[in-house]
Amino acid sequence: MRKDRRNFLKKLGVASLFGIGSAGALDQYFKKTVYAELFKEDGLKENTTRWGMVIDMTKCEEGCTACIDACHFQHNVPEISGKKEEVKWIWKEAYKNAFPSKSHPFTKEETQKDPVLTLCNHCKNPPCVRVCPTKATFKREDGIVMMDFHRCIGCRFCMAGCPYGSRSFNFKDPRPFIKKINPDFPTREKGVVEKCNFCAERLAKGQAPACQSACNNRSIVFGNLGDPNSEIRRVLMTQNTLQRKTELGTDPSVFYIF
Amino acid sequence: MSWKTLSREKEKMNDLFKIVIGLVLFFGLFSIPFWAGSSSGGNGPEIVVKEGTEACVESKEFMRPNHMHLLDQWRDSVVRDNDRVYTNASGKHFEKSLTKTCLNCHSNKEEFCDRCHDYMGVKPYCWSCHLSSEEQI
Repeated sequence: MRKDRRNFLKKLGVASLFGIGSAGALDQYFKKTVYAELFKEDGLKENTTRWGMVIDMTKCEEGCTACIDACHFQHNVPEISGKKEEVKWIWKEAYKNAFPSKSHPFTKEETQKDPVLTLCNHCKNPPCVRVCPTKATFKREDGIVMMDFHRCIGCRFCMAGCPYGSRSFNFKDPRPFIKKINPDFPTREKGVVEKCNFCAERLAKGQAPACQSACNNRSIVFGNLGDPNSEIRRVLMTQNTLQRKTELGTDPSVFYIF
Repeated sequence: MSWKTLSREKEKMNDLFKIVIGLVLFFGLFSIPFWAGSSSGGNGPEIVVKEGTEACVESKEFMRPNHMHLLDQWRDSVVRDNDRVYTNASGKHFEKSLTKTCLNCHSNKEEFCDRCHDYMGVKPYCWSCHLSSEEQI
């Protein structure tokens, strides 16, 4: 082949075209691997367990606190008045605060008016787990974001990390503020953070979460997101559902119907 | 031997006598906790177990020095691995729970846990969260 300037430039041009394309591909590849590394994004394989919950706010009765009472009794959650020191695992939050990016001045009135039932979202990419310096908060294989109270040093990084306000700090000894003690579950001590554990202790015995069992209107559906035949998957397939603050990439396991 | 060196020797003898007395007194006082307590506290405190209960999850000889390690293992495996059943050396199964399994027999915290822990001067913080039998009511 003749080696001249014209041919060389032609080849260079063709090569650079591929080069530009491959730079994008490399970038994509890099992003994918880095994200996988950061979040251990495994994709949900069928027939593995990932616990999830659908809350149907159209069925949730206004003013009813059956699920909250059941949960807070089950887990010895103290009742402390005042926003600053209150401890909560499941509570009701104004729609515009629970769904800030989905609320607008023309939102359906009943949606906007009724407070939303909120709890820990047991995110697939939980920021609280990433920031915890002692690994007191960790993600179980079945998707539950769990706390090991023994390891918690009360630094409250997780509270800063959680975009849903799902975590509470024990500013004082909670025992005097527990109305009725449930002997089957420990209390917490001063200086420890706590949050919903998706009733891990009840799931271990094959029972449904306390909030779901307590709901008289069947507005809570709990089940395995990894099982395509589960009730929760059927609900998710047939109805339009929302997750809270999806724009943050946390991928909550709690879904809402409005 | 001159008179001067003799008196110096004598002085030395006197010092030695004082030193020995001092040493005996010092070691005697220093070791009071060992010989004064040998008659009274040698066997440790008496502990009380509820009557008519079955055998413990492991033998008494194993539990005495190792119960804290066992409880540590239990709490880690329950909380972190969701493994809630303990199988002992003879193949029996137990729920890994301080309040539900241990306290069934060792129901009196003051007479069982505290007596030994006070005697040994250890302060475990289990009870700041876990409920003793009296607190469960």
